[in-house]
Amino acid sequence: MSQHRTAGEDLALLTAHEASRCLAEGKVSSVQLTQRMLDRISQSQNNVFITVNLKALEEAAAADARRAKGEVRGPLDGIPMALKDNISTQGLRTTCASRMLADFVPPYSATVARRLSDAGCVLLGKLNMDEFAMGSTSENSYFGAVKNPKDPQRVAGGSSGGSAAAVAENLAYFTLGSDTGGSVRQPAAMCGVMGMKPTYGRISRYGVVAFASSLDQIGPITKDAEDCALVLAAIAGKDPYDGSSLANPLPDYLAALEGGAKGLRIGIPKEYMGEGISPEVRAAVEAMAKTLEDQGAVVESCSLPRTEYALSAYYVISSAEACSNLGRYDGVKYGYRTKEYKNLAEMIEKTRSEGFGDEVKRRILLGTYTLSAGYFDAYYKRAQQARTLIMEDFRKVFHQYDVLLTPTSPVTAWPLGQKHANPLELYAMDVCTVSVNVAGLPACSVPCGLDSQGLPIGAQFIANTLGEAVLLRAAAAAEKGGSV
Amino acid sequence: MDEFKTVIGLEVHAELDTKSKIYCGCTTEFGGEENTHVCPICSGMPGVLPMLNRKVVEYCVRAGLALNCAINPYSRQDRKHYFYPDLPKAFQTSQFDQPLCLKGYVDIVADGQPKRIGITRIHIEEDAGKLIHEVGQTRVDYNRCGVPLIEIVTEPDFENSAQVHAFLEALREILLYTEVSNCKMEEGSLRCDVNLSIHRVGEPFGTRTEMKNLNSFSAAVAAVQYEAQRQRRVLSAGGKITQDTLRWDDAAGNNYVMRSKEDADEYFYFPEPDIMPMVLSDGYIDRIRQTLPELPAHRRERYVSQMGLPLYDAQLLTVSKFISDFFDQTVAAGAQPKSVSNFIMGDIMRLLNERGWAAEKLPISAQSMAELLSLIEKGAISNSMGSKVIEIMFDEAKSPTDIVQERGMAQVSDAGAIREMCRQVIAENPKIVDDYKGGKVKAITALVGQVMKMSRGKANPSMVNQLLEELLN
Ligand SMILES: [Zn+2]
Repeated sequence: MSQHRTAGEDLALLTAHEASRCLAEGKVSSVQLTQRMLDRISQSQNNVFITVNLKALEEAAAADARRAKGEVRGPLDGIPMALKDNISTQGLRTTCASRMLADFVPPYSATVARRLSDAGCVLLGKLNMDEFAMGSTSENSYFGAVKNPKDPQRVAGGSSGGSAAAVAENLAYFTLGSDTGGSVRQPAAMCGVMGMKPTYGRISRYGVVAFASSLDQIGPITKDAEDCALVLAAIAGKDPYDGSSLANPLPDYLAALEGGAKGLRIGIPKEYMGEGISPEVRAAVEAMAKTLEDQGAVVESCSLPRTEYALSAYYVISSAEACSNLGRYDGVKYGYRTKEYKNLAEMIEKTRSEGFGDEVKRRILLGTYTLSAGYFDAYYKRAQQARTLIMEDFRKVFHQYDVLLTPTSPVTAWPLGQKHANPLELYAMDVCTVSVNVAGLPACSVPCGLDSQGLPIGAQFIANTLGEAVLLRAAAAAEKGGSV
Repeated sequence: MDEFKTVIGLEVHAELDTKSKIYCGCTTEFGGEENTHVCPICSGMPGVLPMLNRKVVEYCVRAGLALNCAINPYSRQDRKHYFYPDLPKAFQTSQFDQPLCLKGYVDIVADGQPKRIGITRIHIEEDAGKLIHEVGQTRVDYNRCGVPLIEIVTEPDFENSAQVHAFLEALREILLYTEVSNCKMEEGSLRCDVNLSIHRVGEPFGTRTEMKNLNSFSAAVAAVQYEAQRQRRVLSAGGKITQDTLRWDDAAGNNYVMRSKEDADEYFYFPEPDIMPMVLSDGYIDRIRQTLPELPAHRRERYVSQMGLPLYDAQLLTVSKFISDFFDQTVAAGAQPKSVSNFIMGDIMRLLNERGWAAEKLPISAQSMAELLSLIEKGAISNSMGSKVIEIMFDEAKSPTDIVQERGMAQVSDAGAIREMCRQVIAENPKIVDDYKGGKVKAITALVGQVMKMSRGKANPSMVNQLLEELLN
């Protein structure tokens, strides 16, 4: 992308770091940026937002006032952004795109929401998604499907479809999504933007409505690698409210962007390039590998032999944890409650069958089954064993490679409704992304050209634990390579 | 005569005496207006995460060590799932197959017989909230939600209610001495479930029932007796025991079926993904071991065998750790064990009771107590004057020596002065003197009393006795 765009052009097209410079140079105000975004949001036809923050302009004015007093909080001060609607925001409803929480206003904010607010960001609103983050199309929403801004007849990917579409459609300078099995990377790929899932524990999960606790991770969706580095630096790090968050110091993510491709050791696991991957996607990823090689990277083929177990392990573990995490939605304390019931048991039953959508119910049933006495060892325990094997695979290849390069999704965005009736076919679409969550590793999806229909293709970089910096280096190199 | 044997095991829940809850910073204080001791974490809001309170682990390890358990160096938490409005997350965070403490025991004496009760395991978990049933509606109070508990599971080692009672008393004492729990039954800090089965001698164990809601030691005893009788009646009549969960109704003195085995709950246990496993080093465990106080049973043993106190004294002194510590410190400051014990069991207990104070409010230091006892031993004041001094020490922060001096309470041992008082009393009480001389030897005590009164309690009583006898004969 051009480094030289300024406020002279459409403000909406700026990256976050470009907008930041315009703010710093006094060429534009946060109120102007925010107003531009709000205008675009109100005109958008793609069902990207569930809730718009009515206080956005107020927050922007406060950012401008800080700037006027010389109290700028950092590069993101005054930048309008939006959050996936499973990230709790105090005083602003957080629905998880579910009827169950359609009117739920959290009494507290997620750590990431607080950190962005502390960094001075303006919250534009809350983004559409698959209900409780279960899905890979953002069609499983109580508020209707998200449409892909690149082609409104097609899905935006999921579950963070709204987060990816918002960035692609220039409705926010960046967004946050959550990634349990690819939910940041896959929609980013389908909408042609960048999405990162950091190492498990790098970013606090406190306040992010849990889907699968051992797999969930928040991730930024941005227009480029530099924006990703800025956002990551603002939200990553130890949180006393999340026992699984990591205390390791943050590296200089912005400096990592300058690393370049030269000497970067890239492995391409053959299990990710075989059957099931569309030829166009495969060719685009190979072309990106070639570009990086031309810039001085060392590219080799490698193998992660246990990849085939990842999908099953992922669905067993994530469904088990989901069934546990979603038990609390019972109509007693908050959220939806059925209208008529004779007793407590009926109240809970009817509330849950009316409040949850089909996909959520499917996962809860799956989870209940795998956790049942007599099945626990055969499913949950074996899935955990598979998890160990998958981690071992990765550990081995990372002795040889700095990053792995794979497709993000086997195919580009498909038409709305097409795969909705066949859950198993849909689950198989997660094949390139889930093993990263199962192993707790960081990965990102970067734009990797267009297919013959003009639809975005995504390439995925995977790094070893806490390798966010090397991911940013690879992503920045790929951008420079001109594949975008 | 008894052809049946009873087999009993207990599951005891004790609330830990930590300041804050197990996964959040809310207070564990009992009471409070409904839903005021709650936050998003303990009320199970969407997206919250638990942060394990380290004190909870420490307290559980302390209890485990005091109950002779092995401490599991690698332990973790699990989720136990069920739907009930008092459980806001729809699971209780507990421990399943890797509890913190394993395999311990408690030695008890029941009906004069020593007995060792095995402890199977001790684990940590969170308490649930409370339902408030009203006409037409039920409300939930989450104040108790997330208060830390330990569950102590025993081996099925009990044969009768006396052993159950002795065990609960011993356990309560240990938890109080180790300051793990305040054991307030009336606040639900200590509660127990009973598993009971009976079988004919020589036959395998029978089907067991589980009884819940035993909120006092007397309820546990009554419930055990009732259930053993009930099962005996059923079996004697040729019936069968079904594996039911029963609820004890303390007011009615009987139990009723809460649920039977067919609808037994399945809990879908699985490892808690939001809490990292607990890895305890030997150093950590040793540090806790070093903070353990001497336990009451050991103290009693020492009081009897080393200090020569009667068992009765030893038992009274160890009812409270504070009193027992006070006793030990006073003895260490040089006082005679039996006289310390006498004053504690007499005046001190009486004065605490009169004021309605807990032992911890005792305003007398061990040093002052020892000083007072030394005044008595030296004959500076009499025993009964000592009681008065203690009473003054309850209200005034002064040393016993100062009190005795200020108020002129020192004993009069001047033979001349005492003889003069005795003469006066003899002269004023001819009737008593006649009685005495007529053979009623005990009448002299009345004269002694008169002299003591005249001296305002300060005359040395044995000298008074001696001089009166001298003058009368
Ligand atoms: Zn709380």
